[in-house]
Amino acid sequence: MAYTTDGHQTSWWHRNQQQLTPWLFLAPGILFFLFYVIFPIFQSFNLSLYEWDGLGEAEFVGLYNYEELSWDDAFYTSLKNNVIWLVLYLAAIPAGLFIALFLNQTVTGIRLYKSLFFFPFVISQVVVGLVFTWFYDPTFGILNVLLGSVGLPPINVLGDENWVTIGIIVAGLWPQTAYCMILYLTGLNAVDPEQIEAGRLDGAKGWRMLWYIIIPQLRPATFIAFVVTIIGALRSFDLISIMTNGGPFGASRVLSFYMFEVALSEYGFRMGYGAAIAVVLFLIMLMFIAYFLWSMYKEEKAR
Amino acid sequence: MRSMLKTSAAALAFFATATGGAFADGLTGDLKIFLDTSNPAPRATMEKMIADFQAENPDLNIETTVIDREAYKTQIRNFLTANAPDVATWYAANRMRPYVEAGLFEDVSDLWDGTEIGENLASTKGALTIDGKQWGVPYTYYQWGVYYRKDIFDELGLTEPTTWEEEKANCQKIIDAGKKCYTIGTKFLWTAGGWFDYLNMRTNGFDFHMDLLQGKEKWDSEKVRATFANWRELIDMGAFIDNHQTYSWQEALPFMVQGDAAAYLMGNFAVAPLRDAGLTDDQLDFYQFVEITPGIEKAEDAPTDTFHIPANAQNKENAREFLKYVVSPDVQTWINDGKNLGQLPVNAKSSVDQDKFLEQGFEMLSTNSPGGVAQFFDRDAPAEMAKVAMEGMQEFMVKPDNLDKILARLDRSAKRIYKD
Repeated sequence: MAYTTDGHQTSWWHRNQQQLTPWLFLAPGILFFLFYVIFPIFQSFNLSLYEWDGLGEAEFVGLYNYEELSWDDAFYTSLKNNVIWLVLYLAAIPAGLFIALFLNQTVTGIRLYKSLFFFPFVISQVVVGLVFTWFYDPTFGILNVLLGSVGLPPINVLGDENWVTIGIIVAGLWPQTAYCMILYLTGLNAVDPEQIEAGRLDGAKGWRMLWYIIIPQLRPATFIAFVVTIIGALRSFDLISIMTNGGPFGASRVLSFYMFEVALSEYGFRMGYGAAIAVVLFLIMLMFIAYFLWSMYKEEKAR
Repeated sequence: MRSMLKTSAAALAFFATATGGAFADGLTGDLKIFLDTSNPAPRATMEKMIADFQAENPDLNIETTVIDREAYKTQIRNFLTANAPDVATWYAANRMRPYVEAGLFEDVSDLWDGTEIGENLASTKGALTIDGKQWGVPYTYYQWGVYYRKDIFDELGLTEPTTWEEEKANCQKIIDAGKKCYTIGTKFLWTAGGWFDYLNMRTNGFDFHMDLLQGKEKWDSEKVRATFANWRELIDMGAFIDNHQTYSWQEALPFMVQGDAAAYLMGNFAVAPLRDAGLTDDQLDFYQFVEITPGIEKAEDAPTDTFHIPANAQNKENAREFLKYVVSPDVQTWINDGKNLGQLPVNAKSSVDQDKFLEQGFEMLSTNSPGGVAQFFDRDAPAEMAKVAMEGMQEFMVKPDNLDKILARLDRSAKRIYKD
């Protein structure tokens, strides 16, 4: 602040420019964030204490909606499926890494192969869902033709309550793996060739090279891949809606789909109950958000 | 938004000239119509009908908006409160109850006074009545029943059954011939509701069925169990196609077209796609769902589609005239004929088109449905109850052994849903 002490008459704006400018640039973002993210969160909390059909008067019922949730089998099914999604969806990260390692070479036409592998991420989730629905079709689908050719009995993946969630996750992994692959491909470009050289001199190769030299250098890519995969798993709405509509008898629902069903779908008129599910889903997400923020904060500090 | 501003500006300008221009024939002012008839054929019919109304009232400024049929079901809640049109399509019976109770539909009992509508539309009056008042007018309805492959029946020497024993005997022969008796796709649940409607109305009668759907009877009861026991007879025979929980109702059509399944319990709207798929009227026929408990009066499902005036509408007088126009005998005759909606006219003075399914359906509903006319499972029961119940029925069709659990769950849901 040395330059303001020279006795000149400077305006308040001039004196505080340095502090104010960042806030001015941030202001639109902060306003939108407050209005579209923070405010609705509190609104949902509030709404979850009411019983409201979206039309008439809202009736205050306290924690009744949560008590109802604790009795609701459909809620536990959805919660369980959410956990399965979170765990199995992470398979996209190693799968993406290995495809990236495989594609990280210079041969003729490698760009074409890379784009072919990346292709499923570009097409819409709705198309992915439809393609896999036909693939699984119990009567005409190619999956049962393949199973039959090796002498296995046919299975109706999307009609069997034990298989359905796994079937949808596999469909979801197809584009998600491509996404992780592209993240790792860019990450591999930044791997330091000198370290690889040094490792090689010390006799590291194969798995040891990968584990001790390459993967530590891919940490930023792994972090981003982890974040987008977790978010993808929690947003697994469109595939479920397209492939099974939550069925058979509700076995493939996840929390976000169940929330939509009770509050906003054709048969749903329970805004308060939907909001209660939203709150639970938010708390689950909050754990991950807190973890992400904390590790980013740690990284910033370490610099 | 801009187009809305433009039209309202145009409307204002128009209104100014219209009021200055004194009273010519026909209506003046505005009429804003929201339609959910987004499928190509019904859409064309509705647009032509509105064009005719416009021709009769050249000074009326009509603005029509067609919204996707599925999206409409969620949007109606917003536009009825925020930006109401003057006329909106919807469905009869319990499906309109939430909006009636929230005071969002206009009471149009005045239209139903007198013979013109009151008597000629008597058959659907009950479906539009809540608390002794009428809340809209119907514009079309259609029968449900068993559509079957006549050529397969002929080949196996079967005739149209009239009793439950005959139905099962027929079915056994079809199964012995290596086919399935019925195709069905329960992915979106409501098709299972149709089966329950018929089985329950035939086993326990119309009144019990309605009491059950309105929460006055328990699900875990002897009577409901008898219905499910009848259903189970068919399931255990292997009467339904496999993997039906994976298919929508359209995806279940090919089984019937290819002759892998002999019949489909469906609404009359299934006829058009079956014909499009290449089945001729010689191959395709219809029979009324058979009697189960002897002596119980037969009742039918005949879902009714309706027009309503939102309570927040701006031009209610014009809207009333439009509703009167829609239900008038001539309009009812042509909008429901085979080239248009292909369904049944609601006005007794209208004539039914020369179509074998429409004629049979009209005959059935007017002379052979003494027990009453139901709307459909998900229109007669409250929406939430319909959802959990139909999900239970789908589960039952796949895992009949779970019946105890399902019924207990339905009673628990019913306790919450009907509590007031």
